[in-house]
Amino acid sequence: MIASQFEYLKQFLKAKSGLVLTNEKQYLVESRLLPVARRHGHAGLAELIQAMQKPGAMQLCSDVVEAMTTNESFFFRDSTPFQHFREVMLPAMLKARADRRAIRIWCAAASTGQEPYSLAICLKEAAAKLAGYRVEIIGTDLSNEVLEKARNGIYSQFEVQRGLPIQMLLKYFTQKGDLWQINPELRSMVQWRKLNLLESFSTLGSFDIVYCRNVLIYFDQPTKVDVLQRIAKQMPADGYLVLGAAETVVGLTDAFRPVPELRGLYQPAQAAGTQGLVARSRFQVAG
Amino acid sequence: MKHCLVVDDSSVIRKVARRILEDLSFEISEAEDGLKALEACRKRMPDAILLDWNMPEMDGLEFLLALRKEYGGEKPVVVFCTTENDVAHITRAMRAGANEYIMKPFDKDIVEAKFHEAGLL
Ligand SMILES: C[S@@+](CC[C@H](N)C(=O)[O-])C[C@H]1O[C@@H](n2cnc3c(N)ncnc32)[C@H](O)[C@@H]1O
Repeated sequence: MIASQFEYLKQFLKAKSGLVLTNEKQYLVESRLLPVARRHGHAGLAELIQAMQKPGAMQLCSDVVEAMTTNESFFFRDSTPFQHFREVMLPAMLKARADRRAIRIWCAAASTGQEPYSLAICLKEAAAKLAGYRVEIIGTDLSNEVLEKARNGIYSQFEVQRGLPIQMLLKYFTQKGDLWQINPELRSMVQWRKLNLLESFSTLGSFDIVYCRNVLIYFDQPTKVDVLQRIAKQMPADGYLVLGAAETVVGLTDAFRPVPELRGLYQPAQAAGTQGLVARSRFQVAG
Repeated sequence: MKHCLVVDDSSVIRKVARRILEDLSFEISEAEDGLKALEACRKRMPDAILLDWNMPEMDGLEFLLALRKEYGGEKPVVVFCTTENDVAHITRAMRAGANEYIMKPFDKDIVEAKFHEAGLL
């Protein structure tokens, strides 16, 4: 691949999905996009790039974007975010929403569904405490392909053995040959939508708990800041944001503050109005 | 250091399992069938047992049932590791007192995840 081709793809992907490609990722681009090129009847990357720029190349362009995403996910990935869900977030929300009796959860880069389904399993295990509450889980992702798999809830033997205790596999899945499908009862607890985090998501409504894990790492700093700030706008002051193990808000935005002692957990910072007051009183003292 | 007994009639599988578990800081002993495993347990009860199902002399399920009746035999965390991958087998193993269950083929990630699940890591 020549430099100008790589440059074109870099800019294209940055604009379409936020993905930042460093120069040493050239091999990755080739290995992921050659199959896309072939599938669409193009001999190589040069032809693919040409075709992408012709009118009506929507499908091809979105296939290129999807092919470049990293979709790896596990059930109960990193375990603590789910321990925090059971022990901190859910009890806090049950109390705080005792009047409204409704809790809304968003998995903002849900990939093949393991994360929302892990939360659905946690909810099932806590069913007694949740009696009378309406809990919604919305899973969104940029990629149609992963959403399709998530909707079907069918996983390989390999996938169901990473993070899922055997008792939960027996309890919540049905074996289909070598594959395992999560039961309809759990599938019906999650709603799936296609959503690009670079675009507006204000119509999704307000969420009490947001899992946005292992997607910000692919973005550059301004994009991270933008997405985080727009997520904050969709959350009440007592809501919780959960980021991936390698992600943080620290040094990026003060729209969220880390929850002390609970790694990976954040809450929206004080409402803008209060912050203004603090700033003003400080100014007066100084003046 | 925790001690894990690897029970499998295939020396290749025992070797692979040993390498993975040693990386996870386990001390390893090996046995090639259920009977030998039971003898090993009588001499020294391990903290964990990685257990195949189909073996000559005494199979994994028979071994597990016998183990749980031994003095101190309730202590080891038993993780089945077998090509038997249907719900009926898994259910039988769990009822017999297994703690976790690995369906072969396995790799380091799966062993690590399952040992974590079983509280061994
Ligand atoms: C590594 S997976 C994370 C899955 C899950 N959250 C986890 O932590 O296991 C990252 C997902 O982010 C999605 N993604 C990448 N860019 C996106 C964007 N701009 N908008 C929405 N989803 C995006 C990818 O399609 C991929 O499924």
